[in-house]
Amino acid sequence: MIVLGGLTKEFPGGVRALDGLDLEIADGEFFALLGPSGCGKTTLLRTIAGLETPTSGNIGIGGVDVTSVPPGRRDVAMVFQDYALFPHMDVTANIAYPLRIKKVPRARREAKAAETASLLSLSDLLARRPGQLSGGQQQRVALARAVACHPKVFLFDEPLSNLDARLRLEARTFLKRLQRELAVTTVFVTHDQGEALALADRIAVMSAGRFMQVGTPSEIFRRPANTFTASFIGSTPMNLLPGVAGDGALRVAGAVLPLPAGVSDGPIVYGLRPEYTDLSLSPRDDAFTGKVAVVENLGTAHLVTLESGDHLIQAVVPEGEEPAPGTAAWAVPRPGRALVYRDDRLVSPLPADGAR
Amino acid sequence: MSTDAAGLGRGRAVGFVLPALVLIGVFLVFPALWTIYLGLTDYRLTGLEAAEPRVVGLDNYTAALGDERFRGSLWLTAQYVLGSAVIGQAGLGFSIAWVLRDRRGPVKRVTEGLVLLAWILPSSVVAFLWIALLDRDEGTLNALLHTPGLAWLLDHPMPSIIVFNVWRGTAFSMMLYGAALANVPPSHLETARLAGASTFQQLRDVVVPRIKGHVLTNLLLISLWTFNDFSAFQITAGGPEGRSEILPIYIYNVALSGGRLGFGAAISFLVLIINLVVAFVYLRLLRTRREDARREVAAP
Ligand SMILES: Nc1ncnc2c1ncn2[C@@H]1O[C@H](COP(=O)(O)OP(=O)(O)O)[C@@H](O)[C@H]1O
Ligand SMILES: [Mg+2]
Repeated sequence: MIVLGGLTKEFPGGVRALDGLDLEIADGEFFALLGPSGCGKTTLLRTIAGLETPTSGNIGIGGVDVTSVPPGRRDVAMVFQDYALFPHMDVTANIAYPLRIKKVPRARREAKAAETASLLSLSDLLARRPGQLSGGQQQRVALARAVACHPKVFLFDEPLSNLDARLRLEARTFLKRLQRELAVTTVFVTHDQGEALALADRIAVMSAGRFMQVGTPSEIFRRPANTFTASFIGSTPMNLLPGVAGDGALRVAGAVLPLPAGVSDGPIVYGLRPEYTDLSLSPRDDAFTGKVAVVENLGTAHLVTLESGDHLIQAVVPEGEEPAPGTAAWAVPRPGRALVYRDDRLVSPLPADGAR
Repeated sequence: MSTDAAGLGRGRAVGFVLPALVLIGVFLVFPALWTIYLGLTDYRLTGLEAAEPRVVGLDNYTAALGDERFRGSLWLTAQYVLGSAVIGQAGLGFSIAWVLRDRRGPVKRVTEGLVLLAWILPSSVVAFLWIALLDRDEGTLNALLHTPGLAWLLDHPMPSIIVFNVWRGTAFSMMLYGAALANVPPSHLETARLAGASTFQQLRDVVVPRIKGHVLTNLLLISLWTFNDFSAFQITAGGPEGRSEILPIYIYNVALSGGRLGFGAAISFLVLIINLVVAFVYLRLLRTRREDARREVAAP
């Protein structure tokens, strides 16, 4: 178990990379840190590893306060973004390196390296140097090095970001399976929301050194707690439109929409995913009116951008149903899918109505 | 690949290179050959042999190798190179570079500034400062250590010039290792730290393999410079009683003060040979390293 209490890191020069973070990560959990670049993900990971000293706050691993324990005695293994393989050592020596430092006898550690390598399909490459490996193979060697020494915690800093798109999907599935098999607590840093949703048991969405929301992928996807999370999560950017609640209805960008339960009168921000927005070519009352401005091909679907007064509204339409640019169209929210924010806090839907 | 990238043609290319070759010939090759010739004669600064030197064959060389003073000087030179260059300058320079590697701000700037200052000051000025520091009666060091009347330069001449040369020449090694260490990826050191590696293990497993080429280049240059360095003359002049008479000073004392130019030339030639051997060994090591690296990249 990893416990953070009021963790703050201020770099010389006044950058507050971590700002009073509290968090508990359960044993065996696959936990993702997600956020735009520069939000402090790497700093948090490095602070857990002990490579950075927090300005204040404390860190516990496995029930022990490790705030002032040096990195070598925290029993954590980190995979860096650049893999950090030693170029002058072959794959066996690289995988066995932490064991060598722990004074495991040569025969034992080489057997362990070979065993780990076969788990990661590296058996044929044991005698190679890192310079003779592809990016995907290097990534697996780096993983193997972390796996071989049986740490309490894995820390991964964007381990997939240097792979090309196709390999990344394979590696993602592989990584998830590996973590399930080993059941080692894992903290995983990524700026790719798709990766976080796909891999993690729980996600912490970060911005400017703070957690914007911590929750399971489905909680975060269905009920983003604030507009930052709402706009960050999802493969297409969420529509966020200003509006007013009153007289039993929501008035948003010229449309009059049914008022969800529990929303009191006053100004709101209306959030709607393009995937939950249907496009109609005939006029409707409960829809946003606009003109098709841009049509983007997503492969199996199209992303259509409507110009509605001052606002842009995006909708995803199935293959073959995309309208021509310039035509008039109506964007219809699917019932029950809208998110309503007031003062940047989610007010609808309420937790009870189908969060899971 | 064309061997004539500039498209000059052989004639004009020779024309461009010729002046440089002539200069090198006149000022480097000719004196070197002349030294070899002188080394085979009994040429002297004064007296009969100054007017009519005789060729004496290898007499100078056999005399040198049989000479107690020459062999003593060779041994002192070995101490000087090992102590002040390999251990002193390279060791200290690396240590400073290692300690300062991820420092920013005033500490780093001041240290680097001081070390560099020692490097850029003219050696005669530095020598004067050191004499003032080590002086028996009014010396700063004696005042600091409360050891009045201790004659550093007379009682410990070799340590004195070794420390002097370390102080003077560390900057080069520090700068070179500083640049080399900047090439060691922080994530590699951190991986070692996370595995629990001590500083020694980090150096052995991560840093040294990465900067081996820099180390060899550095050692080659500073060994040769120190081997041929004459500035210690300004402090002890080889004394007392030849106890700090390293080879360059020995040559000066024999050839110019003693007037035996032919003998001095022979020893100079021996020094040249030693330099070449040292350079050859280092370059061999460097080349095997490069071939290792190339084989690694080229392999499937
Ligand atoms: N060593 C450092 N010194 C000063 N500022 C730093 C240092 N490392 C990171 N920062 C700053 O801290 C913030 C968070 O950085 P980082 O944790 O690397 O972000 P992320 O990994 O989320 O992209 C950034 O504003 C960055 O500029
Ligand atoms: Mg980062």
